[in-house]
Amino acid sequence: MTEQFAKPEIQKPENIVYKRTDLLVDRPLSYCPGCGHGTAHRMLMEVIEEMDIQEKTIGISPVGCSVLAYDFLDIDMIGAAHGRAPALATAVKRMWPDHFVFTYQGDGDLAAIGTAETIHACNRGENITVIFINNGIYGMTGGQMAPTTLPGMRSSTSPYGRDVPTMGHPLKITELISHLPGVYYVTRQAVHTPGNVRKTKKAIRKAFELQKENKGLCFIEIVSNCNSGWKMTPVQSNKWMEDNMFPFYELGDIKVDGKLVEAAK
Amino acid sequence: MGELRLMKGNEAVAEAAIRAGCDGYFGYPITPQSEVMEYLMAEKPYERTGMVVLQAESETASINMLYGGAGTGKMVMTSSSSPGISLMQEGISYMAGAELPAVIVNITRGGPGLGTIQPSQADYFQAVKGGGHGDYKMLVLAPSSVQEMCDHVKLAFDKAFEYRTPVMILSDGAIGQMMEKVVLFDQIPRRTDEEVIKQCPWASTGRPKTRNHNIITSLDLDPAGQERVNLKLQAKYKLMEKNEVLYEEIQCEDADYLFVAFGLSARICQKALDLARAKGIKVGLFRPITLFPFPAIEVSNVGNRVKGILVVEMNAGQMIEDVKLSVGCKVKIEHYGRFGGIIPSPDEVVNALEQQIIGGKS
Repeated sequence: MTEQFAKPEIQKPENIVYKRTDLLVDRPLSYCPGCGHGTAHRMLMEVIEEMDIQEKTIGISPVGCSVLAYDFLDIDMIGAAHGRAPALATAVKRMWPDHFVFTYQGDGDLAAIGTAETIHACNRGENITVIFINNGIYGMTGGQMAPTTLPGMRSSTSPYGRDVPTMGHPLKITELISHLPGVYYVTRQAVHTPGNVRKTKKAIRKAFELQKENKGLCFIEIVSNCNSGWKMTPVQSNKWMEDNMFPFYELGDIKVDGKLVEAAK
Repeated sequence: MGELRLMKGNEAVAEAAIRAGCDGYFGYPITPQSEVMEYLMAEKPYERTGMVVLQAESETASINMLYGGAGTGKMVMTSSSSPGISLMQEGISYMAGAELPAVIVNITRGGPGLGTIQPSQADYFQAVKGGGHGDYKMLVLAPSSVQEMCDHVKLAFDKAFEYRTPVMILSDGAIGQMMEKVVLFDQIPRRTDEEVIKQCPWASTGRPKTRNHNIITSLDLDPAGQERVNLKLQAKYKLMEKNEVLYEEIQCEDADYLFVAFGLSARICQKALDLARAKGIKVGLFRPITLFPFPAIEVSNVGNRVKGILVVEMNAGQMIEDVKLSVGCKVKIEHYGRFGGIIPSPDEVVNALEQQIIGGKS
């Protein structure tokens, strides 16, 4: 037992300053140590707990590393087929318009196999929240090239680095959908430092608040690391992400109140 | 007595969905079934009953919208035609695995590939034997009139929820397009959200503090767990085979010969039966209404009383496999089929009976 738990006064409710949200199921996450998914899960659940909307929230989980998200998030969920989460979320929101509906998707799911569902849900302006985890790789299947893999970046299917002339360019799907009139709020965040975690949580809260007002689709990209897939230590991967991912996938708001932010135009 | 109307089969499906209390229709245009969504959009069911109608970006999206809506316990339906239904197989497999109730209307056309827009029954195997990946079945209804197009929608929803399974209405372009009189059943009110939650305690409707979270998924990474899922599904299919078989017998009592046909082919065989009997040939018609579960015992009972059976299908011989498995090998069983959108005439069916069964040539 650590020293702090040996001190009973710290365990008094009035002395608790920070605790794990009750909306995360108390079981070990299936994610690799060092991965950002766990933090993203937690921010999402903290927002739902703080807004007290557990009873009114239906989440859609993807196929990929977060395929088992429903095992960790203590809310009602539906596991989608690969890429189809926005189609499911569309129907769920239309069937339960007073509920909060979100999808949680990775880059392969959202920006490759599910591109059509993503773009059309955005274009219809579905009143849902899309949480998009971009780590530039297919983590679950063992580190293959993703639609968001950077030029020159190595993966198991681009072992000599992504060769743009033959393998195509990385897809900035977030910028792409930001131009659609059905999309109201678009932001790109990260969860690798306390400051970024706070910003991400704020963005998720904002997106859920906007759902109440039926403003249209809100889209939050979280650029994250994949230390296993990138074959680095967690610390190295976060540094690599800052040095390589952030210059290409620039953090910050892209569309606010239905208007493109100047720099992103 | 309900309301009497002259309607296309496709329109009857749409009107029946509204009246059955359907919560949502999701579809994508494809010939020869586009009237289903056109009728729904024109009817404004969101004003009549609150039903949602949405034109999706593809059949892939439609079926996954169905999966989402069904996962929350709502009554949802889609319709399409052969190539579109092929695209939906992934979603149907997921829904079967996750045990979700939904109605899928297939107004088939000739294939393979883009094929033709004319009617066909070449998707029997796809509908009845699974279609997508994994060991699953759907309850499959085969209407042969506009009246049944209407009635089967209600029946399909009832069975979908009773068994928590996708149900397919396997029709074809001719029945979808032809107009007949139909007696419409009275409006059934849509369930309230509270009634949905009560009827579907398994559904993802938002977790109250009084129960654990509901998860809709077809995934179980533990082989023992996934085997249990499969065993549960198989037990469900066995129960359907026991309780849900539907069929029709026409003039089978004194028959020396038998037509076995479903859907549009059965309508043609009805006329062929009259023509044959006018010539003194005592032929009966056995029409499976559920294709899965297949009326195996029933067709065997009739089939083993006759001298020969002609299975008439607008395909190269698909249902005949189930007829042969059911009836056995003591009775001669032959197939007569036209494909690619050709509808056989009653005369050629009688001719085939005479040539292949009575005359003994094959």
